[in-house]
Amino acid sequence: MNPLAHALSALLQPLLLLAAAPLLVAWIRRVKARLQNRRGAPLLQPYRDLRKLFAKEAVVARTASPLFRAAPYLVFAATLVAAGALPLLSLRLPSAAVADAIAVIGLLGLARFLLVLAGLDAGTSFGGMGSSREMLVSTFAEPALLLVVFTLAMTAHSTNLASMVQTTLNAGLVLRPSYLFALAALLLVAIAECGRIPVDNPATHLELTMIHEGMLLEYSGRHLALMEWAAQLKLALFAALIVDLFLPWGIAAGFAPGALAWAALALALKLGVLGALLAVAETALAKMRLFRVPGFLNLAFMLALLGLLSHVILEAAT
Amino acid sequence: MNTGALALSLAGAAVVAALASAASGLLATRWPRTLSWLAFPLLALCGAAALAAGIMALASDSTTTAILPLGLPWLPWHVRLDPLSGVFLLILGAVLVPVAIYGPGYTRVFRNGRDSLAALGVFTGLFVTGMLGVLLADDAFLFMVAWELMSLASYFLVTFQHEVAEHRRAAFLYLLMAHIAGLAILLAFGVLAASGGSFAFAVMRSHPPDALWASVAFALALLGFGTKAGLLPLHLWLPEAHPAAPSHISALMSAVMLKVAVYGFIRVVFELLGPPQWGWGVTLVLVGATTAVVGVLFALQQTDLKRLLAYSSVENLGIVFLALGLALIFLGSGHPALAALALVAALYQALNHALLKGLLFLGAGAVLHGAHERNLERLGGLQRRMPRTGLFFLIGCMGMAALPPLNGFVSEWLTFQAALQAWQLGSGLLRILVPVAAAALALTAALGAAAFVRAYGSAFLGRARSRHVRRAHEVGRGMLVAQALLVAACAAAALLPTTVVGLFSSAARQLTGAGLEQAGSRGWLWLTPIAPNVASYAPIPILLVLALLGGLLVWALRPSRQAPVRRADPWDCGYAPPTPRMQYSAAGFAQPIRRVFAMVYALDEDTDAATATHRLLVRDRLWGWLYAPLGAGLDRVADFARRAQTGHVRRYLSWSLITLLVLLWIIS
Repeated sequence: MNPLAHALSALLQPLLLLAAAPLLVAWIRRVKARLQNRRGAPLLQPYRDLRKLFAKEAVVARTASPLFRAAPYLVFAATLVAAGALPLLSLRLPSAAVADAIAVIGLLGLARFLLVLAGLDAGTSFGGMGSSREMLVSTFAEPALLLVVFTLAMTAHSTNLASMVQTTLNAGLVLRPSYLFALAALLLVAIAECGRIPVDNPATHLELTMIHEGMLLEYSGRHLALMEWAAQLKLALFAALIVDLFLPWGIAAGFAPGALAWAALALALKLGVLGALLAVAETALAKMRLFRVPGFLNLAFMLALLGLLSHVILEAAT
Repeated sequence: MNTGALALSLAGAAVVAALASAASGLLATRWPRTLSWLAFPLLALCGAAALAAGIMALASDSTTTAILPLGLPWLPWHVRLDPLSGVFLLILGAVLVPVAIYGPGYTRVFRNGRDSLAALGVFTGLFVTGMLGVLLADDAFLFMVAWELMSLASYFLVTFQHEVAEHRRAAFLYLLMAHIAGLAILLAFGVLAASGGSFAFAVMRSHPPDALWASVAFALALLGFGTKAGLLPLHLWLPEAHPAAPSHISALMSAVMLKVAVYGFIRVVFELLGPPQWGWGVTLVLVGATTAVVGVLFALQQTDLKRLLAYSSVENLGIVFLALGLALIFLGSGHPALAALALVAALYQALNHALLKGLLFLGAGAVLHGAHERNLERLGGLQRRMPRTGLFFLIGCMGMAALPPLNGFVSEWLTFQAALQAWQLGSGLLRILVPVAAAALALTAALGAAAFVRAYGSAFLGRARSRHVRRAHEVGRGMLVAQALLVAACAAAALLPTTVVGLFSSAARQLTGAGLEQAGSRGWLWLTPIAPNVASYAPIPILLVLALLGGLLVWALRPSRQAPVRRADPWDCGYAPPTPRMQYSAAGFAQPIRRVFAMVYALDEDTDAATATHRLLVRDRLWGWLYAPLGAGLDRVADFARRAQTGHVRRYLSWSLITLLVLLWIIS
């Protein structure tokens, strides 16, 4: 295969996810609205919001340092680079060798580190509150996420995402207990990492409940647009990660147009179902008190650990 | 002259330069300025020579020995420079050069103080001499002499500002623990010397003790070197002693002296004890994982910036020992290639911690120098007042938080990769233990990120929490250059992992018999520690894409006339404008984690609503569980022994007589 196609693959797959991320958010909001007997906003609303924010002036707090203005660009770039290592449509992804699954988690950690610092920068109580809570959540979510990756890496003997997908495809439909535990853990972690109900509420501005919004309170204009888009991309990234690791069927092995079209359709379908499931869960559940969140994430950690142990005990021969 | 001999002579020159620096320190009693233009430049020279010697020993992969006509008449001093010493000479040199550049600016304030600058100069030189001696020693006698020189000289550096009662207390605790450590190491060498009948390492290597005695020696070495390295539960001296010393000495102690302890441990356990047993590895993994998690939990709660850094050193040494434990497990179960991977991960972690902790301690010193404050609850807003120090400190914090593409991430990633190869182990117990240890490491990394977000965020972001911090100023050029040098070294370790792994691979081959040649099999850009299709990591493309994307976004979204950036007050919810006191405090930031992990801490906390004050003291539970009972027990034994001391001559004469009789009975 020629290098041009490889370069295009590495360039276009993350951009596709970036372009589709607001749509996924709109879809979740739409399903949620229907479940609550509302009509809901049109599917293009998040794009309109982003366009509006990009055109507005940016207000920066007088007390903020230059880091505050640099953070949105870096957070956005780090999330996009992390997305670049995820095979979406085609397994031939040269950038998967640049960053493996552990490095992807590290890049998301980099984005979070800068986001949390930006929350602290203006020196307001809300920013500090959001930052402190975000670090509490990530303290429990990140190890659980790494454990999920370890569990799958033990089966695949690799942490390269393309190789991990390939292993799952080659194995066919095998019911592995470790995968079930890991999937459950990853779902819980994804909810926490993306700030969805019951951990955080993306639709609220009530100070007692907010985490992600608290850190963004001082942002406006294009800075806010970048931060919002990065958050949407992160949600799409986690959805794509779940799809990649557990339901990769349909992904193309090369660059044949037919296979790619089929892969795009399968991916859209899988992301749509995942988004609808999230909307149902968010409608059915209430937000938890902050100090019940560690319990929630400990459950994820324990599930991931059980997955790892069940791999060692039950499947080690493979 | 071949490369190895040249490297050894360079190392010898480094020792001479350190001794000369110590001697020139004496001049500072009369002329305080000599410290700046003689003692510190000599130290820089010493660091450069050590760095060159280390790199040459690693690159040439050679072992050179020599015998010095010094020491005891029947035991001349043996010295040896091999790849393992090379790794640690490299670490020493890479930190010592910036510290020596930093020193003149930092010690200027002491010229008019009451503290003796000569003591600082002399003991710094001797301290470095001691560390170099430990790294070069090839017999137990020279090793112990150099080790004690290092311990004693650093004791005097900890008590440098002895008018502070807290520093005297910290220094005494340090001295006590250093003695216990020295005793344990001496006993370990005693066990080793017994089997071969000689104190030379060469004889010990060829006559390892049997399995039981090897385990005894292992336990003693772990006790001795572990105390010095700050492993749980013997770490309590470390967060007391390291912050008490002047900041550039704190940097040397945390960045280099702890690594010298790691070196001693590797030298004894991997080389002199004979075939390793996997049980030792299990012990190390458990101790290392506990140390790492508890260390970082305490780092997260400190309000003193230097204490925070010291607790983070405890954490990092825990990670190093965890990786060493993995290496022993792999070596003990017959996987030398994987052992080499884990060992390289441990050495890489040691290098990264040295560079980052050196950088952060120098940064903390700059904060102390520029803002006269090290309490996080009174700092704040320094990024705008000390922009360069702030940037360097941020890079250090990001490295410590193990974020890609910085250097802390590389060693952590290598450790994870080693742990993920646990499926190759035969024993089911080990296959479970190793991934669980990796989980502990993951938890440590997440907590470490929280600790360093909090450190940088409280000190450099937000608004100044006290009046004197509002008047903080940037530090002088020398101190900035020193930090910039360490940032450059961190960048090299972050972006050229294949080069570093290639250098360290010779040390791994020396100890495990297997190298790590496959790490660069796809070219220097890609780090592939096992095989390219198993795992690969390329930091330079990540950094390039990040920079390119960031630049592209800034360019695409550059402020236009319609949408400029406007400065305004922070959002106040329509009430009174926020004051600096309304910010989240450092203690408040860590409160959720303190509450979740409450069982680890001994908390002493109360709030007074009338005066709106909150008092919080976070102490180690080990004080009450281990140290206080031990001290009380010692007091009781001393009380009992005091009964013999009556003050009557008759009683003492009868004691002498009894002793004499007993001795005669033993001889006959």
